[in-house]
Amino acid sequence: MELIEAIILAVLAASTPLLIAATGELVTERSGVLNLGVEGMMIIGAASGFAGAWLTGSIFIGALFGIVAGTLMSLVFALMALGLAVNQVATGLALTILGVGLSGLIGAGFVGERITPAMHLNIPGLTDIPLIGRVLFGEDAFVYFSLALVVGVWWFLYRTRPGLILRACGDNHVSAHALGYPVLRIRTIAVMFGGACAGLAGAYLPLAYTPFFIPGMTAGRGWIALALVVFSSWRPGRLVVGAYLFGAVTILQLHAQGWGVGIPSQLMSALPYLATVIVLVLLSRARTGGSTAPAALGTVFVPDR
Amino acid sequence: MRKSLLALAAGLLLAGSVSAASAADKLKVGFIYLGPVGDLGWTYQHEQARQALVKELGDKIETTFLENVPEGPDAERSIEQLVRAGNKLIFTTSFGYMDPTLKVAKKYPNVHFEHATGYKRNPNMSTYSAKWYQGRYIQGLIAAKMSKSGVLGYIGSFPIPEVVSGINATILAAQTINPNIKVKIIWANTWFDPGKEADAAKALIDQGADVIMQHTDSPAAMQIASERGKLAFGQDSEMIKFGPKTQLTSILDTWGPYYIARVKAELDGTWKSEDSWGGLDSHMFAMAPYTNMPDDVKKIAEDAQAAITAGKLHPFKCPVLGQDGKPVECKGGANLDDGQILGMNFYVKGIDDKLPGK
Repeated sequence: MELIEAIILAVLAASTPLLIAATGELVTERSGVLNLGVEGMMIIGAASGFAGAWLTGSIFIGALFGIVAGTLMSLVFALMALGLAVNQVATGLALTILGVGLSGLIGAGFVGERITPAMHLNIPGLTDIPLIGRVLFGEDAFVYFSLALVVGVWWFLYRTRPGLILRACGDNHVSAHALGYPVLRIRTIAVMFGGACAGLAGAYLPLAYTPFFIPGMTAGRGWIALALVVFSSWRPGRLVVGAYLFGAVTILQLHAQGWGVGIPSQLMSALPYLATVIVLVLLSRARTGGSTAPAALGTVFVPDR
Repeated sequence: MRKSLLALAAGLLLAGSVSAASAADKLKVGFIYLGPVGDLGWTYQHEQARQALVKELGDKIETTFLENVPEGPDAERSIEQLVRAGNKLIFTTSFGYMDPTLKVAKKYPNVHFEHATGYKRNPNMSTYSAKWYQGRYIQGLIAAKMSKSGVLGYIGSFPIPEVVSGINATILAAQTINPNIKVKIIWANTWFDPGKEADAAKALIDQGADVIMQHTDSPAAMQIASERGKLAFGQDSEMIKFGPKTQLTSILDTWGPYYIARVKAELDGTWKSEDSWGGLDSHMFAMAPYTNMPDDVKKIAEDAQAAITAGKLHPFKCPVLGQDGKPVECKGGANLDDGQILGMNFYVKGIDDKLPGK
């Protein structure tokens, strides 16, 4: 019983940064922009987030630092890819290289320092319920916020008019432009949202997951978030499935190794990727039967004036 | 514009990583690092050694280092860059630099190279490494003494001989204290991913392990053990800051004395290609202070350390039993020979797990 609870808690912690970063990227891509710089924005968010929390002693301010830093990074991308209509793939990759280098510089003074990690919710009575208590009422704010974020994004994309316009920009920017919508402005906002989420996801690592900063600590999570967006066929609901599935298999394979089930660990380490890809591909095939990528994803748009 | 951004990014990376003093006619010594100097682990310890070197011989030498150099084609270019900058002795500090170092060494016979943890040598290329398994043996004794559950948790990076010999040395030592000791092994399949290392530590503790040992680089596992009120060993460097009431000891890579000795040899003109695989006796590594344990356990650890240093105790003293219970061939007479330890690809008796790939 306790073990199951412990596993679920570990899964929530492992999945949350992926979910936050992927949700942001989903909005960016739904507007038609492919930003491959998630890893770079995340690591900058991690360095800035830790710096903010260490300097002020507040996890909340640390998270804000992460969000602002991620947004600033995404503005660099927006300037290049939207303002100057540079190739989005190349710009995104450059953003990652820049982020990894710059984060080392920002974080250099903070290596070896530690902070008190984010508080976990504690409601007397509720948090003590066996099995579900700590899962539902005993997590840190990031976990609850990430779920609220996905619901909010789903509601925005499918239930609001601005959401519809954003999706229109992603599917056909020429038509959206012809209808009089400011395509580039909408895309810039979407890119900034993606940057803010990536920054927050990065900040989650040193603020709640492992409360210290080390250069390179995102260790490829930005790339996993990017892949999750594709395999969820750009749907928020499936993104939740994908992120938690990935987190769950990651944790379970570690436990399976501890139990000594005798499957080579190299294969076990590949399982989260395999399982997530298979499940999400099956999901998208069953429902829609084909690709649902935003039609204008990654294409350059230069409005004719 | 795209190119200029890439160039800018590359420029920033380089500007951040090259540091050089200025002076003519001093011996130039170069270093290639795998990670950032602030990784608190492997690269950090090499950087500490470089600083010790500068402190000792700073008036006669000038040092340069390149950090964050990936293992692969980039390494060759970086090593060559140091050669062209006039460095006469170059330390390449990771296993994956082996072939690139050899290639550059053959091209520049007048420059001397020192490669860490590899096995390929050249008349102008030495290798050096440390017998960390000796330290693991001491940790095994402490772990068995300190564990209440009788279950140790071990986070491995990759199932390579260096890591496997560490696990075996640990369990062989632990069995001398508690013959029924159990070890749970989780391979992270990475040297560095703080999140994953933390998850592995959580999984081990959730499964009943109360002493955590690691062969990965970040202090994440130490920090989790501290959070959960368990005990742990550090890796590569002093990690007590991340677990003041948790760290029992840590194997510290202390390359300083070796670097100083080699640079002195270079200055005297006595440098020659060698293979140095040193243990506690030659100070290639050291044990962090024994903390968070009662005095009797501390004494066991100190006695074992003294015996290993004096050459009276060998962690792989024959007979060493394989998982099937049969003794492993004893090529070194009284103990396994260096080749068997350097190529170790089996678990000893008492480990209820399968070595990946076997």
